[in-house]
Amino acid sequence: MNLFDYLEPTTQFVIFSAIKILIVFGVTMTFVAYAVLAERKISAWIQDRVGPNRTAPPITKFIPILGPMLVRLGIFQPMADGLKFLLKEDFTPAYVRKVYFWLAPAIAVIPAFLTFAVIPFGSTLGNPDNKMVIADLNVGVLYTFGIVSLGVYGIVLAGYAANSKYPFLGGIRSSAQMISYEIAMGMSVVAVFMVVGDLNLGAVVQYQAKHGWMVLHQPLAFAIFLIAAFAETNRLPFDLPESESELVGGYHTEYSSMKFALFFLGEYAAMISASAMMVTLFFGGWTLPFLSEPASSLLVGLLHIAIFIAKLVVLLVVFIWVRWMLPRFRYDQLMDLGWRRFIPLALGNILATALVLAFISP
Amino acid sequence: MPEFTDLLFYGFAGLALFFGFLCVANPLSRSPVTSAMFLVLTIVSLAGLFILLHAFFLAAIQVLVYAGAVMVLFLFVIMLLDLKEEERRRFRRFTVGVGVVAVGVIAGLLLQTVLKAVPYSQTSTVLAVGATRPLGIILFTQYLLPFELLSLLLLVAMVGVILLTKKELK
Repeated sequence: MNLFDYLEPTTQFVIFSAIKILIVFGVTMTFVAYAVLAERKISAWIQDRVGPNRTAPPITKFIPILGPMLVRLGIFQPMADGLKFLLKEDFTPAYVRKVYFWLAPAIAVIPAFLTFAVIPFGSTLGNPDNKMVIADLNVGVLYTFGIVSLGVYGIVLAGYAANSKYPFLGGIRSSAQMISYEIAMGMSVVAVFMVVGDLNLGAVVQYQAKHGWMVLHQPLAFAIFLIAAFAETNRLPFDLPESESELVGGYHTEYSSMKFALFFLGEYAAMISASAMMVTLFFGGWTLPFLSEPASSLLVGLLHIAIFIAKLVVLLVVFIWVRWMLPRFRYDQLMDLGWRRFIPLALGNILATALVLAFISP
Repeated sequence: MPEFTDLLFYGFAGLALFFGFLCVANPLSRSPVTSAMFLVLTIVSLAGLFILLHAFFLAAIQVLVYAGAVMVLFLFVIMLLDLKEEERRRFRRFTVGVGVVAVGVIAGLLLQTVLKAVPYSQTSTVLAVGATRPLGIILFTQYLLPFELLSLLLLVAMVGVILLTKKELK
């Protein structure tokens, strides 16, 4: 550590940022893998099945009690899945548009990970200047929305690149859906920032530490944000872009092997980043009502990160739970809900918030 | 580190010009979808230039509105058109003429602005932090009338589009 102090502040900053990026990326990738497992297990419980309970590397035999238990929980399933995706034949149909066919999966994944850059996932660690956020932008949330809005390109281009009917329909549906719900999502957040008076996500967390969680101040904004997040991540009940029963597989019909897996990686990463946004905006981020001071010791710093992750996991389970409980919407219902229910509601919420702020509690 | 920022400026400016060129005159592909995608990359490079000017708000809005919403709609429309015909089309003298005139006018405007401009460090005290707050305050005090008129213009365009898409008028 002494050697470290000799370095210039800029170099220190670069090293710290690089470490933070690597750790956040690693943790998110692990989360994605285990979110898939959680999805399969929870869906199994909801449908009164057992779910994955067989996959095991040979070493588990030698662990007495814990080994079989881990296998029954399916802990090793994600590794097997990952290996399978890497080893399967990567087939490119002859009639696809090659460049876009290769680009689309990458474009689908990158934005989902970029969003994590502005999310404060903890207070400080060790040194009080060492904030647990990769980029402390003063326009934090606008950055997030900008990046999220780029996510649609992956799906649209996948639909276009496949050069066949069903993927194209999936791509078209997805672009219309994502644009529509982005508006509602953005407007629901406007009310939150009117209350806080700052676009920096760290400031939003600080405000909630002082005045209580935002979900209590802005329940309507939270409801709209949550539902729009389902639509933005193409999850049921809004998974029209890939609805198997009518579009074969939607935009990823022609994909196989790792390219196919990348779309799912993107979807789960987007789900995790949406949950992280909701934790930050509406559930107090890394704070708890009695634990809201920035960390003074390493242990408290780690505890703050643990609190953030615990809240994130709860929201992820809600995402998965809803998928297996609700039937899919019809496309016109989806559009109607977005444009004629949520956008007016969100606008009304902004107006009401403005009136309350102006006349009752300035 | 001024040198590093300069390097970034030349990087982003070069990329913006390069992608812009590929957007209008791509030697490898005449597909409108490819052009649209290069336009997206141009917009993102421009956002990088805004960040170098500390205008974070403008950069975010640039990506959010143009790259994220407007261009997606463009793509949406282009994909539904008959692309084969567009790829076969040759330049006509009239189109080239109009293009040259348009470029000339815009270049003239730009040149005038550049000649009039005061060096960056002297004028940018208000927006130097790139914050949203000063921008909002200026928009709602000094420039309130033009701002509201612009929103009216957008409303007119919106009403116009709805009117045009209605098949039968009552």
